Amino acid sequence: MSGAKRVRAAPAAGSRWLLDHTRAISATLDQLARRPFGTLLTALVIGITLALPAGLYAVLGGLDAASSGLKGSLRVSLFLKDTVDEAAGRQLHATIARKPGIGEAKYISRDAALAEFKAHSGFGEALDMLSDNPLPATIVATPDAALPKAQAEALLDALTRLPEVDSARLDREWLERLYAILAVIERLILLIAGALALAVLVVVANTIRLDIASRREEILVLKLIGASDAFIRRPFLYTGLWYGLSGALLACLMVFGAGLALAGPAQTLSGLYGIGTGAGTLGVDTVFAVFGAGAALGWLAALWTVSRHLGAIEPR
Amino acid sequence: MSEALIRFSQVSYRYRDGGREILRDADFTLGHGEMAFLTGPSGAGKSTVLKLIALLERPVSGEITVDGQTLSALRPRAVPAYRRQFGMIFQNFALLPDRSVFDNVAMPLIIRGHSGDDIGRRVRAALDAVGLRGRERDWPVTLSGGEQQRVGIARAVVARPRLLIADEPTGNLDPAMAAEIMQLFGRFNEVGVSVLVATHALGLIRRLPHRILSLQDGQLVDDHGDAGSVS
Repeated sequence: MSGAKRVRAAPAAGSRWLLDHTRAISATLDQLARRPFGTLLTALVIGITLALPAGLYAVLGGLDAASSGLKGSLRVSLFLKDTVDEAAGRQLHATIARKPGIGEAKYISRDAALAEFKAHSGFGEALDMLSDNPLPATIVATPDAALPKAQAEALLDALTRLPEVDSARLDREWLERLYAILAVIERLILLIAGALALAVLVVVANTIRLDIASRREEILVLKLIGASDAFIRRPFLYTGLWYGLSGALLACLMVFGAGLALAGPAQTLSGLYGIGTGAGTLGVDTVFAVFGAGAALGWLAALWTVSRHLGAIEPR
Repeated sequence: MSEALIRFSQVSYRYRDGGREILRDADFTLGHGEMAFLTGPSGAGKSTVLKLIALLERPVSGEITVDGQTLSALRPRAVPAYRRQFGMIFQNFALLPDRSVFDNVAMPLIIRGHSGDDIGRRVRAALDAVGLRGRERDWPVTLSGGEQQRVGIARAVVARPRLLIADEPTGNLDPAMAAEIMQLFGRFNEVGVSVLVATHALGLIRRLPHRILSLQDGQLVDDHGDAGSVS
């Protein structure tokens, strides 16, 4: 052995760190690949567990997108007082139509309203018996579609309090209900996701626990020859991380597949409601969230298990 | 030799749960570059002495210093780094059956973060030194007991420690293999490695020119046998 070929005994800290981690990564991947069936089963369990909240979230996203297509239907019908004559009514209509944030305003005079009612209600002859036209003049106002929901509502609310307005009807109750339902569903998904996150933790923790038990001898020998706790812990943490990430990958594939399967019927449904494309698809942010959650849960579960079980394995 | 490599000062040890007393105010030193055998009746606690040195056990009282480090002052976090300073050899070899000979011997270097080239060179040198050149790819189970113990010794010396401690290294071997293993320790000692071997193979070690320590009644005393040197 020549002196020129000697390699430094103590490598620099940075390259040492890199070397340790590369070794742990390749060793753990190698280990998982050597028993592909077991690895796949664990990944599949995690995948299904992650796919459920991710899929629900995608559906919710679809509903949300669809409902924003319905915002245009937020509108107010202002029934004017009988004391407001036709000229004043048209004047008011012009004022409202010019207001910023108003997309469209339509004036329906008392006569027009009566003609329309006669034509559509089937009570035509009955109405002829009345001496007076009982219908009020109406202004139907729709906010600008670009206006945020809260502002649009405030604007319409203000219109209902105009002195010329006798009574008003806001066509927004059912939309409010939809939003409320969506909020409940979103909260429900969060709860489900929380419970399922716990399930992922338990699945990974149990797998790592069995892994530790089966490698007890190796851990003992490593401790005897002076391996640090970090060195012994590292492969288990990476194994947890791989389980989480492979589960996340499977979850995304499952949700994507389900999205494809649902695309046709969802298209038909949204077509029926005339609300554009509301099909639930997996957004980039959801994909990131699934991978992030998988990685974090796998790693945390491994850390939890390792800190509980490695200390108990001490050479005697 | 101003400072001993291993020094026991008034060390007492008894098994936990109020068991037998193994050491009572025992003193002994092992000098730098010295090789000694530790003997005694079976069950006398030879292994315990090695476990105290390896910090697998802690004494009830007394002070143990190894290479200037006071063991009672070492915190648990410092124990792995302390253990990396010496090589340990076990009666049951303690090899990992699912790893090749090469990977078993390489383990101390991997935990120290050596580079791949360096590991290859050192592992081959260590296997060469124990007479197992060319057996890198074999699996431990395909080797004889003597060969497995030589893999264990290669693993202990691969990081070039200054001290080897061996617990009944020939306990599972036939006499011919046992003699070979003891000679191997002698060869490492010749190049400056301090060696402490716990063994009950008195017949074997009496023929060797090394110091013999005997564990009797809780004391470690020099056994002045025919070949034993006095210190």
